[in-house]
Amino acid sequence: MPFPMSIGSVAREAYREGLPALVTSVVGGLFAGVVLGGMRGELEAVNGLLVLVPALLATRGNVYGSLGARLATGLHQGLIEPRVDWADERLRGAVGAALGNGVLVSVFAATVAWTVLTLGNANPASLTTLAAIAMTAGLLSGIALTVAVVTVVFAGYRRGLNPDTLVGPIVTTTGDVFGIAFLLLATRFVLGVT
Amino acid sequence: MLPVLLVLSVVEIGSGLVLGEYETTLLTSPSLLVLVPVTIGTAGNLGSVLAARLSTAFHLGLLEFSPTDDRLAGNALATAALSLTVFPLVGVGAWGATEVTVGARLAPTTVVAVSTLSGAILGVLAIAVTITTAYAAYRLGADPDDVVLPVVTNACDVLGVLVLIGTVLLIT
Repeated sequence: MPFPMSIGSVAREAYREGLPALVTSVVGGLFAGVVLGGMRGELEAVNGLLVLVPALLATRGNVYGSLGARLATGLHQGLIEPRVDWADERLRGAVGAALGNGVLVSVFAATVAWTVLTLGNANPASLTTLAAIAMTAGLLSGIALTVAVVTVVFAGYRRGLNPDTLVGPIVTTTGDVFGIAFLLLATRFVLGVT
Repeated sequence: MLPVLLVLSVVEIGSGLVLGEYETTLLTSPSLLVLVPVTIGTAGNLGSVLAARLSTAFHLGLLEFSPTDDRLAGNALATAALSLTVFPLVGVGAWGATEVTVGARLAPTTVVAVSTLSGAILGVLAIAVTITTAYAAYRLGADPDDVVLPVVTNACDVLGVLVLIGTVLLIT
């Protein structure tokens, strides 16, 4: 590596390395946006649902990004084998903690949103409806994200790729897509039941 | 981990309340609704890519937190260039995807103008937030890998909503 590197060469390298992941996540984000744009009926039917969207998407990123980072570290340290073995306590523990945190934080976010909207006389949907949607969406998208993260991190590692560089783009892209798609499914399910 | 997640979700509810405030605008122009997740996500990604690169360079001893550091300046420049490349495409994609699916109400030029201006502002904010957070972590002796990424992604999420709504109010 030539040293010192000029600003221009640093910038060119960073640009070239950053663009593919960014474009991939844009495609995922647009897909999520199209689903959100198509669920205007549900957003009108459940007052307060739109308020939840950023928190639910961020929770997916935070929880499953951390799961991916933990798996990557475990693989690097040789504490986790790169194959799906549910007898492996470390793998089970990491996945269980992620699912538990994901669902818990989603329901908590629904409760906070409902409380603030009620105090502000914004007339939100019932707490039961919002919490049930958040819980169902959190569980379903959590299962899908777990499968995606575990599969890609393990498969990538076996092929000699650095799992650290895989986690970010996978989680942001699949997190947006699964996050919104399962939010739509969960809303339809809960509206159908109640 | 859990306390951090709970705090971050409260912050994100804050940006959700801003969205809720302009729900009518977003529901009448679906292309703006389509822009919401992709703008938030792209802003967060711009910040997280920069944060990861700075963190690695710092761990390798290649980076000094000084305004004259070429690596710092070069990475910041790349982030600005990436935002100016990607956000116009985001606008074109959002308008096209809306037109094909539910029918766009706004002109394509309006949607591209909203995404490009939002992106330019968010690029600058992502650089400022990331460098400030990385510098704070470094001064406090914290490992930038642990702290910087969640702070930067969530801050960029919230800023993404605020800047998008502000730009929409300005342009439409």
